Amino acid sequence: MRREIEKRLKIKAIDIYGLSEIIGPGVSFECEHQCGLHINEDHFIPEIIDPDTLEVLPEGELGELVFTTVTKEGLPIIRYRTRDLTRLNFETCACGRTLVRMNKCTGRSDDMLIIRGVNLFPSQIESVLLEMDETTPHYLLVVDRVNNLDTLQLQVEVEDRFYQDKISELQALRMKIQHQIESATGLSVTVKLVEPKTIERSEGKAKRVIDNRKMI
Amino acid sequence: MIIKQLSVFLENKSGRLHEVFDVLGASNINVSACSVADTSEFGILRMIVSEPDKAREILKEKLFSVNVSEVISFATPNAPGSLSKTLQILSNAQISIEYLYGFSIGEKSFIALRCDNAEKAVMEFQRHQMELISASELYKF
Repeated sequence: MRREIEKRLKIKAIDIYGLSEIIGPGVSFECEHQCGLHINEDHFIPEIIDPDTLEVLPEGELGELVFTTVTKEGLPIIRYRTRDLTRLNFETCACGRTLVRMNKCTGRSDDMLIIRGVNLFPSQIESVLLEMDETTPHYLLVVDRVNNLDTLQLQVEVEDRFYQDKISELQALRMKIQHQIESATGLSVTVKLVEPKTIERSEGKAKRVIDNRKMI
Repeated sequence: MIIKQLSVFLENKSGRLHEVFDVLGASNINVSACSVADTSEFGILRMIVSEPDKAREILKEKLFSVNVSEVISFATPNAPGSLSKTLQILSNAQISIEYLYGFSIGEKSFIALRCDNAEKAVMEFQRHQMELISASELYKF
């Protein structure tokens, strides 16, 4: 996607990382060499921890990024867990900066999905489905990337009596589910009605998400 | 006459339609008429079978989602304009058709039709001396 933006707009695209709990964008940024994001260490102390044991990991290991703010006065935070997975690189950059660099985040330590920049927890979908009479909580989210844009498809089983003979009513039901999810999450979603008992039942933690996006 | 029709919700997956007929065939249930309505994501198989209630139970056991609805079955002469004449009767009586399926062979055309008021449609057909087909005739094989 970056290459596409750079080619079409004839610009150099620079990645910036941030989270609103800290200051929003600007926690770290790339330089002209585009080889990792320099963290503004004079304001934020980064650490990488194991999300399960909470132990700090050795330099260069992949783990959850944690921040402590040094200069924030209004809402300072100490060892704040970002849930973003990345690794830190302490070598001096080709640009001459000695600030530690973080890699582009490779995922999350919780089940949150980021779709078109919007945060989505599968539990949000589940609560919509539980509220509607027509739907069952048996669902699967399929995330993909088409033409550089994230797509979200919800496959869901509906209550038996709603598998109707009339196509217009089935389509209306599809649109209703779609609309409810869009208003609850702010994300546009394609709903696919599937046959009863076809979503895989699993013991313990159910598999609710298939993410087919290829992360760079 | 008004007869029972089974509707089965099917995802667009290869082999799924075959499975329905496989289950029915193994239970010695005959399919007299059928039609598939398709959308981009799913299809609805509508069919008239020899023992609709039994067929429904069997398909349900196999986890198919089955619905029973009512359609009117009738015959018209296999000749140009005869279906038009039939549908004129319904439209004059302000009855809306949801869908129909059928085909012709020999001297007759056989039609299964779903509309918003089946009783009224049957009355209109009887008043115009149309040939209605009873369930017992259809279920025979």
